[in-house]
Amino acid sequence: MMVPSPPARRPAALWPALGIALLIIINALFDLLAPGGPGLVGPGAFLHVSLRDGVPAGALIDILNYGATFVILALGMTPVIATRGVDLSVGSIMAISGAVAATMSVGGRPAAESIALAVGIAALCGLWNGVLVSVLRLQPFVATLVLMVAGRGVAQMITDSQITTFHDATLEYIGLGRPSWLPLPFSFILAGALLGVTIVAVRKTALGLLLEAVGGNPEAARLAGVRARLLIVGTYVWCGACAGVAGLIAAANIKAADPFHAGRNLELAAIFAVVVGGTPLTGGRLNLVGAAVGGLLMQCLTTTMYTRNIGADVAPLPQALVILAVCIAGAAPVRAMRAQKAAR
Amino acid sequence: MSLFRSPRFPRLGSPRWEATAAALAVLAGAACAKQNDPPPGAASGARRLVVGFSQVGAESGWRTANTKSIKDEADKRGVTLKFSDAQGEQENQIRAIRSFIQQKVDFIAFSPKTEDGWQAVLEEAKKAGIRVVLTDRAVRVTDSTLYETFIGSDFIEEGRRAAECLAKRTGGKAMIAELQGTPGSAPALDRKKGFEAELAHYPGMTIVKSASGNFERAKGKEVFEAFLRSPEGARINALFAHNDDMALGAIQAIEAAGKRPGVDIVAVSIDGVHDAFQAMLDKKLSCSVECNPLLGPQLFDVIEKLSQGQHVPKRIVTQEGVFTADQVTADLIQSRRY
Repeated sequence: MMVPSPPARRPAALWPALGIALLIIINALFDLLAPGGPGLVGPGAFLHVSLRDGVPAGALIDILNYGATFVILALGMTPVIATRGVDLSVGSIMAISGAVAATMSVGGRPAAESIALAVGIAALCGLWNGVLVSVLRLQPFVATLVLMVAGRGVAQMITDSQITTFHDATLEYIGLGRPSWLPLPFSFILAGALLGVTIVAVRKTALGLLLEAVGGNPEAARLAGVRARLLIVGTYVWCGACAGVAGLIAAANIKAADPFHAGRNLELAAIFAVVVGGTPLTGGRLNLVGAAVGGLLMQCLTTTMYTRNIGADVAPLPQALVILAVCIAGAAPVRAMRAQKAAR
Repeated sequence: MSLFRSPRFPRLGSPRWEATAAALAVLAGAACAKQNDPPPGAASGARRLVVGFSQVGAESGWRTANTKSIKDEADKRGVTLKFSDAQGEQENQIRAIRSFIQQKVDFIAFSPKTEDGWQAVLEEAKKAGIRVVLTDRAVRVTDSTLYETFIGSDFIEEGRRAAECLAKRTGGKAMIAELQGTPGSAPALDRKKGFEAELAHYPGMTIVKSASGNFERAKGKEVFEAFLRSPEGARINALFAHNDDMALGAIQAIEAAGKRPGVDIVAVSIDGVHDAFQAMLDKKLSCSVECNPLLGPQLFDVIEKLSQGQHVPKRIVTQEGVFTADQVTADLIQSRRY
């Protein structure tokens, strides 16, 4: 039986982007139609952006600010998934990174040192994952589960099982900073910069090709002479470092390291963002822009739940529906069906 | 270093199952009961009491202080404590309790994750003649003889006191935004119940916004930001948070919005953790109702009484206070142990 081949691929980032657009439209409609409501852009509306001391603020800005964490996690996770791996430990690595930076800062160390050590230790966590997966050949799921469980304990040990509050303007800037030269949250600019650097590294060098080769057919890649093991270790180190940066943003956002909750369950959000962005779990393809847009979609969902006052007990249902809709829209058979219709 | 290897063909190793098994053993070990070694020379002669304690997890600083208090007190009294951390899973707690029954401990104590689902395992304990003490949270069972007593805070009373304090600070007129705890948890349900019951006495006080911040500082901040930018946001002048951490997050959101916590928006919360005292010293938090985690001494008092055949009441309420911003001094902060 012939399966109609999918049409020329549209950018995979399209579907999560449409998801975001859909959410924004739904929010705007609610504001517009509510009797006595704020209207489309009045104060209190989803689309309302106010200037607070010359700095824009509002739901959309909040999505960019908190979404930065998801975007950076997804950027780290993409190469891992593209090479048929998965990293379940990113949430715990976030907690460790925040704990390290906060503890150093409280101990009077300069911010640059705290940041470097936090990201460095996060990268080491990634190295540990990479060695388990690539050298010891453990299943990525099991290998990274070890750090997912143990990592949170490590974070609690570092902070002596307390939420560690710090006072350091530089460290806080990572999450709360609003640069004067660009009216956007610093965390989002950081995420954008990381996305740019990653795209250049992956698409302007052979790195992307090698990653997709290893993910597509590890055996063929090996026979072609690709250093698959080294490459895979590298993806986990990168993923760990990204989780470290995300952990710094999360801690900076509340000026405190919360080893109990920071990053909890975010590994699943990151994996979803990557997959919905066009990087299949079976590996062999990678789409960084898609992953980043997928990350923003996750935050857009969360912010919508808070804005529409949907209780935490009901919230998973609408969230699941949006995720399902985006997945179905981007699924291969649905795409093929649309292509057939268009051809007629 | 080049990412291409030299053209030779190494053997592709099969998955190393020993290593997988080792990793699984690490995981299993994390979930298993950890046993405290008895301190040398303690209580020689008399048979030592053996107590199995199943802790719900280590999800907050409050819980850590609770665990430490119980372990320290057991050490001090020379009681053999079999301590198990359930990592937030009820199944793990039930498994731990079954293992305590098999080990024939003298008493089982635990902080139940949820109210329901304990009937079967508690009947097994009763059949084995092991007496059970509940700490911190209650259970719902049809037969109240399944446990001896429940030691813990009165969450309804805590919510009531928070409302009382807020009424005093706002003169009985307030547009309140409420940050709830984890949906369905006993402290969240009861604190809300107590708060609303007391609020009924003050017609000028209404809850205009209410959502869960999951007892987390970060969520408290994020949710309160959403409150503030909502159409009702401009009218909010009071905050009731089900725990201090969410209030501390919300205070940051209030400041970021250019309002003054403690002046424009009066905040009250529950627990009395260290950082909350700092916030009260800075006059940003108006009031924190204490919820004392240091249950160790009370727990072992009760167990010793029961082992000597004495009667204990079915419900023992922890002694707790209410702290307001006016009372807090730097010295008081130093003395806080959680």
